[in-house]
Amino acid sequence: MAGHASEHIDSANAWGGKESPFRVSYGKLMMWFFLVSDALTFGGFLIAYGFSRHAHQGEWPIGEETFHSLPFLEGNYPLMYVAFMTFLLIISSVTMVLSVEAGHRMDKKGVIKWLVATVIGGIIFVGSQAWEWSHFIHGSKFGKVELADGSKAVVHAEQFGEIQNFTVQTAGHHYKAGQVLTNKDLDLLHEFQHAIEAGHVKDKMITLHDGSVAKIAKNNDVGMYLVVKEAGAKYELRQHIEGAEATKLYYDAAYSGEAKRIVYGANMERNEYGPRQYANYFFFITGFHGFHVSIGILINIIVLIGCIKGTYHARGHYEMVEKAGLYWHFVDLVWVFVFTFFYLV
Amino acid sequence: MERDDVIEYSLHTHHSEEDGKKIRKKIYFVTFLLSAITAVEVVIGILWGRSTVHGFWWETIKWFYIALTIVKAAYIVLVFMHLGEERKNLKLMVLVPYLVFMLYLIFILLTEANAVGSVWATHV
Repeated sequence: MAGHASEHIDSANAWGGKESPFRVSYGKLMMWFFLVSDALTFGGFLIAYGFSRHAHQGEWPIGEETFHSLPFLEGNYPLMYVAFMTFLLIISSVTMVLSVEAGHRMDKKGVIKWLVATVIGGIIFVGSQAWEWSHFIHGSKFGKVELADGSKAVVHAEQFGEIQNFTVQTAGHHYKAGQVLTNKDLDLLHEFQHAIEAGHVKDKMITLHDGSVAKIAKNNDVGMYLVVKEAGAKYELRQHIEGAEATKLYYDAAYSGEAKRIVYGANMERNEYGPRQYANYFFFITGFHGFHVSIGILINIIVLIGCIKGTYHARGHYEMVEKAGLYWHFVDLVWVFVFTFFYLV
Repeated sequence: MERDDVIEYSLHTHHSEEDGKKIRKKIYFVTFLLSAITAVEVVIGILWGRSTVHGFWWETIKWFYIALTIVKAAYIVLVFMHLGEERKNLKLMVLVPYLVFMLYLIFILLTEANAVGSVWATHV
């Protein structure tokens, strides 16, 4: 165990050369140096995020309102997905530390077993993050709406009324007049959102990408309400608008024929969740973290090959697993802070 | 070629099967603790998130979150990364410069963001 690390050495011997005053190998010490500098980088990012957020006037997006979806399921599951991701990273940290522990007993089979588990956990985490990004970029079915008075509101509803079809009224390059377009012909929701964002929907008439004009047949939404995120001339910050008024305000904006009255999802310029910097920081910080996880998986795979070939066993110690482990735990450590400051607080 | 001037410090970290059992027990305990803290955080987020709680209680929850985060971070660094078992000078070398620098940056964050925010509020 750590007996050696805690034994007393007088300062003349400690700093006199030959022996490491820290009683760790060169590689491990350098890994610690690297991790401190990398932690400063991540710290800098989170500080910058905190600065923008603290200086921002008005409402900042709320974690449990922004992240409330699960793959393959409709409905509202606040924070469940990120909770799953956090749990996954904790578990893969545990399998890593079990691998290190097996290394201290020179148990080659144990090291390999737990390292394989760590790699699998890491791959699932990166995959989850890809889904999370995709969902963040594509956004909700309703998007964020700019109301007639200039205020901006997020939209909540129990159910989005399905779009049944578009009936072409004026022919374009592809579609003929009188043709009824369904999901077999084109992705109705995608076309609908695209046209609304571009201001190509006016009075229930949609101008499709080929220039044809069609009438929209859409079911009514259920239980829609708006929450104001930026005050305008009439509506105040955090005001809830419900019922028929909400539906009218929303579709007045959606079917106004004006571009960008409704924003879906996120890109570097605008997003439906909040200020522009919010999405930019989200992409930058979680992206940089995801990059670290990917590199960690690569390092773990390389170390795993070394274990299987018996390189470390022949050396008499599994310190390489320990060094890769330090990096891997650090990635988990960063996620703990990202989880708190991006999703919870 | 064998080198007698390289000290293999890693050989001293080896331990026996019985010690392994004790260490694994500690690892499982920390696993349970980290998972439980995460579960508590998520439940609070769902029941008393920023969308429902405002003012004093939200401030309290916010600081509670930050405290839990630091507890989690401490367990990861001290137990999983074994920093708790390293020599004191290594511990201090890692923690002290980092904490000094981060506290300074947090101070800068708060003062500057307050100043910039008030300028935006009045002049833009």
